[in-house]
Amino acid sequence: MFHFNVVTDWIDEFLHTYLLDGWALFIEFVLIGLILLTAYAVLALILIYVERKICAFFQCRLGPTRVGPLGLFQSVADMIKILLKELIKINKVDPLLFRLAAFLVIIASICTFGAIPFDKGLHVIDFNIGVFYLLAISSLGVVGILLAGWSSNNKYTMIGAMRSGAQLISYELSCGLSLMTIIMLSGTMQLSVIVEQQDYAWNIFRGGIPAVIAFVIYLIAGHAETNRGPFDLPEAESELTAGYHTEYSGIQFGFFYLAEYLNMFIIAAIATTLFLGGWMPLHVPGWESFNEVMNYIPPVLWFFGKTFFCVFLALWVRWTMPRLRIDQLLNLEWKILMPLSLLNIIFMALWIIYW
Amino acid sequence: MKVIDELLAQFPYADVESKGKSYSVVVPPKKLHETAFKLRNGILAFDFLMDIVGMDYGDSLGTIYNLSCTQFPSYVIALKTETDDRKDPLIPSVSDIWESANLYEREVHDFLGIRFLNNPDMRRLFLRQDWKGYPLRKEYDANPEINPVPLINENLDDMESLPSINITAGEKVEKLHKLFEEGEYIVNFGPQHPATHGVLHLRVSLDGEIIKKVDPNFGYIHRGIEKMTESYTYPQILHLIDRMDYLSGTIHRHAMCLAVEKGLEMEVPLRAHYIRTIIDELTRIASHLLGWGCMAMDMGSITAFVYGMRDREKIMDIFEETCGGRLMANYHVIGGVMNDIHPNFQRNVKNFIPYMRKMLKEHHLLFTGNPIARGRMEGIGYLSKEMAISLGASGPTGRASGWSNDVRKIEPYAAYRLVDFKEMLRSDGMTFDRYIIRLDEIEESLKIIEQLIDNIPGGAYAAKTKAIIRLPEGEYFQRVEGARGEFDVYINSKGDKYPYRVKFRSPSLTLVSALKAIAVGSKVADLIMLGGSLDYVVPCIDR
Repeated sequence: MFHFNVVTDWIDEFLHTYLLDGWALFIEFVLIGLILLTAYAVLALILIYVERKICAFFQCRLGPTRVGPLGLFQSVADMIKILLKELIKINKVDPLLFRLAAFLVIIASICTFGAIPFDKGLHVIDFNIGVFYLLAISSLGVVGILLAGWSSNNKYTMIGAMRSGAQLISYELSCGLSLMTIIMLSGTMQLSVIVEQQDYAWNIFRGGIPAVIAFVIYLIAGHAETNRGPFDLPEAESELTAGYHTEYSGIQFGFFYLAEYLNMFIIAAIATTLFLGGWMPLHVPGWESFNEVMNYIPPVLWFFGKTFFCVFLALWVRWTMPRLRIDQLLNLEWKILMPLSLLNIIFMALWIIYW
Repeated sequence: MKVIDELLAQFPYADVESKGKSYSVVVPPKKLHETAFKLRNGILAFDFLMDIVGMDYGDSLGTIYNLSCTQFPSYVIALKTETDDRKDPLIPSVSDIWESANLYEREVHDFLGIRFLNNPDMRRLFLRQDWKGYPLRKEYDANPEINPVPLINENLDDMESLPSINITAGEKVEKLHKLFEEGEYIVNFGPQHPATHGVLHLRVSLDGEIIKKVDPNFGYIHRGIEKMTESYTYPQILHLIDRMDYLSGTIHRHAMCLAVEKGLEMEVPLRAHYIRTIIDELTRIASHLLGWGCMAMDMGSITAFVYGMRDREKIMDIFEETCGGRLMANYHVIGGVMNDIHPNFQRNVKNFIPYMRKMLKEHHLLFTGNPIARGRMEGIGYLSKEMAISLGASGPTGRASGWSNDVRKIEPYAAYRLVDFKEMLRSDGMTFDRYIIRLDEIEESLKIIEQLIDNIPGGAYAAKTKAIIRLPEGEYFQRVEGARGEFDVYINSKGDKYPYRVKFRSPSLTLVSALKAIAVGSKVADLIMLGGSLDYVVPCIDR
C-alpha cells in the first residue's frame, strides 16, 4: 500500500537537511497553507459541478453542458464571474460585522477541513483531541451566520439567522453524541489512531447495531448542520429569498457558498473517517487475497470514494425531500434524535462490555 | 322556482324579473342591506356572493350583486341597486353578510368611487391611494398629466390607514384607523419574491415565526382589462382574456365565447363543443400540474416542480401543434374554435393519457407519500365549508372543504353534459385535501378526455359569424369552471359592437382573501405553502 507519508516525510527531511529548523518549518507551514487553500477551492468547484449534474439527473435534465466538454468548466467560469463581481455597499448595515461574518464562516470551514486525515501523512494536524477539535471549530460557523443575519439589517436575514442559530445549536448535540459512541468504541479522539484501528473492520461493522444507529443519526444531524435541504430553513429560498446571506454580493456571497459546499464535504469526510474506516481499504478478516487486491487501490481514492458516497446520499436527500418547518425540525432533534443518541450511548456501552 | 318566487315575494319594494334560472332584483340603496340579509338568511340561503359588479349607468352609479345558493347552485339572483348621487355615491356595505364582499367592495370603490357605508376598509384595491379619478366611470379622463407615472414609492402610511364611513344619526362620520399597531414586526412578502406566484404584495405581521395578520396589496400588474374591453370589439376582447389567468386562459376564454354566443343565440357545431371541452380539460391538467409543482416548490421540493413542468410540457406540445400558441393557446373564438384540429391531435392526446396516468403514480410516490410533505400539509390551514362559501373560495379549494361547486356539474356547458365524470369532493378542508384534490381532478379530466377524444363528430369546427359582431342590448352572464375556481363573465351591451361594461369574476381574488383568513396563527413557512395550496394566479386578480 502506498501511503502519502512517504512524500511528506521526504519533503520534511529534504528541507531540514538544507535549512535551519525554523526556516524549514516556516516553509512547510506556507506550503501546507497554500495546498490546503487550493484543495479547498478545487474541491468546492468539483462539488458544485457534481451537485449540478446529479441534481440535473434527478430532475430529468442535463445540467451544465456548454462550458467545456460535458460542462466541466462551468463551475470554473462561475468562480471567475463571482471573483469579478462588485461588492455592493449596503446602506445601514454594520460594516465591520457584515464583512467579518463571511470570513468567520469560511475560516471555521477551512480549519475543520485541515483536520481531516485524507491519508496517512496527508493530514495537517493530528493530535490527541482530534474529534473534539473538529466539533469545536466547526461550530464557530454559526457565529458567522448569526452575525451575517444580524448585521445585514434586513428582516429576512434576521429570521434566517435566528432559525439557523436554533437549528445548528440543536443539531450539534446529536452530532456530538453520535460521534461520542464511536469514541467509546475506539477509546481515543486522535483521528489517525481511529483510522488505524479500523484496519480489519470499519467502525460501522465493528460497532454493530449501535454504530449503525449512530451513523444514521450522524448523517441526519450532520446534514442539518450544513443548512441544506430538507434542513435549509435558514436560507429557505421560497420563504426568505436567501435567508441570512440575502444581502451579500460578489466573493463574500461566494464565501458562504463555498463554505456550504465544503461543509457538506467535511460532514461526509468525518462520517467516512469515524464510521467507514477513513482511507482504510475494505478488509475482511480471513480473506487474504481479497484484502491484497483491495490494497492495490490507493488509500486516497478509498477516502474520496467513501466521502463522495456520503455526499451523494446528502444530495439524494436534498433533491427529493421538501423542507421541514421550524417546529418539526426542532421536534425531530429534541424529541427523537437526541434521546435516541443518548440511549444509543448506553447501548454502545453494553455492546462494548458484553460483545 | 317556487321557493325563490316565495322568497322574493318578501320584498314588495323590489322590482323582480326572471328569465330561466336567473333572477334580477332591483332595490333602492336604503333597502339593500335588509334585502341582502334576508336573501342570505331566508328560507333559501343565498350564501355564495359570486361577484359585485360596479356599474356606471350614465346618470347613476350602481352595483350588481350576483348571488347563488349552495342548495340549488344553478339559480342566480342579480341583486341590483342604483344611486343618483354621482358626487358622493354611498351604498350600504354587505361585507358583514358575505366575507368576500370586502374585497369586491374595495374594487368597486377603486374603479367607480362608490363608498360603502360600514365597510371597515375602504382603501383602493388596485390603484395607488393617491390616484386621481375613478377609471370605470364613463367621464374618466385618462390624460397622463392628471396621473403621471409616479417616481416615488407609495406612502406606507396611506397603505396602512383604513378609511371607513358610516352614518350615525343622519350625519356622515368618516374615520381612519391603523391596520397595524405600533411596534409590530412587519415583513413584506413581495411584490418581488420567489414564492408569491406573480407580483402579489403581502404585508405580514409576525410574532417570531407566527403570523398575526396578513394584508394583501394588489395592483402591481394591473392592466385595466375591464376598461380596455369597453373600446374593443368582442373578438378582440378574447385575446385579453387569455392574458388574465394565463394558466387557465383557454377555459376563461370559453366563458366569454359562451356569453357572446348566448347573446347572439348562435348555434355552435357539436364538433367545436367537443374540441373546446378537450382543450379545456387539457388546460386544467396543465394548470393543476403547475399548481402541484409550485406548491411542492414552495415547500422546498424543487424536483417535484421540475416533474410537474416536464409533464405539462407534453400538453404544451399538443397545444403548439393544434392551437399555434403554447401558454396562450388563443384557440376558442366566437362560434367555435380558431382552426380545425391538427391531424396528430387525437393520436397525441391518446398517447398522453396513459403517460399522464403513469406519471401521476410517480408524483404520488415522490411527494404524496413523503413523510415530510405529509407532516407539513396535514392539519394545517383549515378552511371550513361555511368559511369557503362565505369567502367565495370556489374551485378545488372549496371542493376540498366539502363545498360542491363544480360549474361543469351545476350548469353543464359545451360537451360536459355528454360525459360521465365525478366531481371530486373532500371534507376536511386541510392543506393536504387541497393538494390531493388537484391530483384527483387530473385523473377525472383524463377520464373526460378519454370519453371525448375518439368521438369527435365531423362537420364544421366553427359557426359562421358576421364580420362585425353586435351583441343585442341586454345583460349576459356566463359561468365556467376554471382551473382554480368559478370564472364568470358579465357583459352589459347597448347593442353596439363594443360592450358597455364587462366584468370578470376572478377566482384568484377570493383565494387571496382565503389565504388572509387561514394563514393567521400558522408559521411563515406555512404562509408560502398555503399560498401554493390555494394556487392563485396574480394576473387574474390584477385584471
